[in-house]
Amino acid sequence: MTAAIVFEELEKGQRIGERRIELSRADLVRYAGASGDLNPIHWNQEFARSVDLPDVIAHGMLTMGAAVQLVVDWVGDPGAVVDYQTRFTKPVVVPNRFGTEVEPSTALTVTGSIGAVDADARTVRVDLAVTAPDLSAPGADPATAAQLKVLVKAQAVVRIA
Amino acid sequence: MPVNPDLVGRTYPPAETYSVGREAIRDFARAVQAAHPAHHDVEAARALGHADLVAPPTFAIIVAQRADAALVADPEAGIDFSRVVHVDQRFTHHRPVVAGDELVAELHVDQVRAVGTGAMVTSRAEISTVAGEQVATTVSSLLVRGEDQ
Repeated sequence: MTAAIVFEELEKGQRIGERRIELSRADLVRYAGASGDLNPIHWNQEFARSVDLPDVIAHGMLTMGAAVQLVVDWVGDPGAVVDYQTRFTKPVVVPNRFGTEVEPSTALTVTGSIGAVDADARTVRVDLAVTAPDLSAPGADPATAAQLKVLVKAQAVVRIA
Repeated sequence: MPVNPDLVGRTYPPAETYSVGREAIRDFARAVQAAHPAHHDVEAARALGHADLVAPPTFAIIVAQRADAALVADPEAGIDFSRVVHVDQRFTHHRPVVAGDELVAELHVDQVRAVGTGAMVTSRAEISTVAGEQVATTVSSLLVRGEDQ
């Protein structure tokens, strides 16, 4: 949550923050149920491999939906997001991992900065950089794997009251 | 090309109405790890001036993907869903989606173009209330992979 944002103090290049979002297989099942997107590439390893994916991958829409929360919490009102777009460039691989329960096996890193200010419309465009570790190789370690850009041109336009 | 190019300009009329419920908003918000109180607490949403719980910015994908299903299921389109990759997505909100909305979507096929042996299909869902108020426009591009892609 934020104190009130003062539109006149916002300028291009300002950073709005950073967030780490952990993902487990259970999170993918939860998103499948909530969204109605039951494509088995998001929860069934054998199926994912049968269509030449390295493993189960997150829904692109889960990554997109989770990433914008940085913007929502910064601006303080989910209704202020008037436009939001992205391209999906790399899949987010979510390996199987569990102990006594299903555990997160990867994490998104989201950073946001102001890309443009429109004084007439009283809107700002927040540009998001979203990465996840490259876990396409079996047994890859999320702590040391290269970070891949999974969303490109992820931009949210928000209206400032 | 694995998609019929004659689809461009085709429109699929609204099918069933989608009733936006509070629990659907809460479930979707939890699924995208959206903790903002306006998704969960009616009083918090009203304090921001909304009529009821506010849906997360990507909630309209539920309505849009139901509309997309009409296109994918159209035998004239020739789309093999197991070969579809989501390439890009955009949401333009004319106003926020809130609990209690009764939404319908009209789907428009804006572009079909060859990409190697595959095809890129760009569709647009115009989402409005049953009373005709514009709520959101969503645009998505799907790549239908060709034989060797």
